[in-house]
Amino acid sequence: MLEIRNVTKVFNPGTVNEKVALNDFSLTLEEGDFVTVIGGNGAGKSTMMNAIAGVWPVDAGQILIDGVDVTKLSEHKRAKYLGRVFQDPMTGTAATMGIDENLALAKRRGKFRSLKGGTSKKEREEYKELLKILGLGLEDRLTSKVGLLSGGQRQALTLLMATLVKPKLLLLDEHTAALDPKTAAKVLETTEVIVNRDHLTTLMITHNMKDAIAHGNRLIMMHEGRVIYDVRGEEKKNLHVSDLLKKFEEVSGGEFANDRMMLTN
Amino acid sequence: MNILNLFAAMPGAVAQGLIWGITSIGIYITFRILDIADLSVDGSLCTGGAVCIMMMLSGQNVFVSLLVATLAGMAAGLATGIFHTFMGIPAILAGILTQLGLYSVNLKIMGKSNQAINVDKYDLLVSLRYIKNVAFYKNTIFVVAIIIVLLIAALYWFFGTELGCALRATGCNSNMSRAQGINTNMSKVLGLVISNGLVALSGGLLSQYQGFADINMGRGAIVIGLAAVIIGEAIFGKIFRNFALKLLGVAFGSILYYIVLQVVIWMGIDTDLLKLLSALVVAVFLAIPYWKGKYFTKPTIKKGENQNAGN
Repeated sequence: MLEIRNVTKVFNPGTVNEKVALNDFSLTLEEGDFVTVIGGNGAGKSTMMNAIAGVWPVDAGQILIDGVDVTKLSEHKRAKYLGRVFQDPMTGTAATMGIDENLALAKRRGKFRSLKGGTSKKEREEYKELLKILGLGLEDRLTSKVGLLSGGQRQALTLLMATLVKPKLLLLDEHTAALDPKTAAKVLETTEVIVNRDHLTTLMITHNMKDAIAHGNRLIMMHEGRVIYDVRGEEKKNLHVSDLLKKFEEVSGGEFANDRMMLTN
Repeated sequence: MNILNLFAAMPGAVAQGLIWGITSIGIYITFRILDIADLSVDGSLCTGGAVCIMMMLSGQNVFVSLLVATLAGMAAGLATGIFHTFMGIPAILAGILTQLGLYSVNLKIMGKSNQAINVDKYDLLVSLRYIKNVAFYKNTIFVVAIIIVLLIAALYWFFGTELGCALRATGCNSNMSRAQGINTNMSKVLGLVISNGLVALSGGLLSQYQGFADINMGRGAIVIGLAAVIIGEAIFGKIFRNFALKLLGVAFGSILYYIVLQVVIWMGIDTDLLKLLSALVVAVFLAIPYWKGKYFTKPTIKKGENQNAGN
């Protein structure tokens, strides 16, 4: 489904701030895979997602989604294949537009935008049904401006928008990191429901090792722009946080993950 | 200071305010919807005026002339859009470049810095002379009001379409827009094209109204437009929530601006100082939201379970 072949991305090349964010990075996802991604700060997790989404061009390598080479496609063209939810709840939605209008924008992802009406009555009924899945009462606030919603509500809405048109690949970039634990759990639960319902191929970055173990069928750990640990199936189910920490210490030579990983476990 | 003089000047102020209202609506599209301060309007207003007058002088029908003037303005907007998106130049600078280039273009269109048109010899749509003692359907205020209503209706429709929604989303959150497959560069170019088209249309009407097109007629158009947008929002923002009404509020803001200007002139202020005054007034109004945020916001403590929801 997703094939990343030997991708390299260097930020600020030739300066003292040079940073090799992705170092000959390769990863292949099968259809229906739900992969959780963990790793310390600067491991290249978000860079990998941005490379897939096409936020900027990569320096070397190839990215294929469902057999299509998207390496040279611009961000908005790749959107056809991708559903994305960002870490910052403000990033995924348009604050000054209504809930229905945001959903209508997402409904047209990958399609030509014509001079037809931006939202139809029929669509709105459909959105109401879909919003009920979130269990946040948003179905009764269809025309409310998204800026009035809380971070958790916005993140749940972004999730719905990302999956409104079934994406080939769902990219979740620490989408619960900015939420309080209760809201985060709720959003994660909704994620699980939607991913299972639509059998979505999913890549989820998380800083929470428990979540990384509890969700998905495969787990990868990144360090210095590479995959250093790749585990799936039964083996993954039997993992413990302590195993991951040990693994991490092994590769990083004792230096420990990061404060956030410690605090949340 | 005869108050009757002031009253006598009012219809003219309203007519001018309405014509500038079209410019202001154009500026609203870039400034508020796209979140771009587009300085090319200072040039495209004159382009509209110049094209309209020259076409009419060459014997073209007034409607054809206005249409071509609008198209010329759209071309100017396209130039700014290309500077900004394709060439990666910051929006403000892109606008300034277009504005400067247009100075030459406008001179070339007119052949000299000023071209007059005689209201008695040509069939103008609006004029200083069509304010008093004419049939109501020929009255400039009526004619421009109808044009504004039609424009607002068209814009209201457009910004409700798929394409229009994409444009609004681009101005609101470009990251999200790209993630939803919107070509944000295209949206920006389109917005600039529409905006400058409106401004040029306004310039075409203005040149007819004053009976001439002048190379300096667009100087400070962006400031007048912003003033109208700000006045409109300050006064009508609380009651005009709907998009169409917001645009109407901007047009009203423009009228108010010209009424205030007329009052100031009537009070006998040196007219050389008017542009300075406008600039200062706009500067202060633009600063108000910033000051509000910085000095007058009290930290609020939200109650309830969502207080840590990252918002």
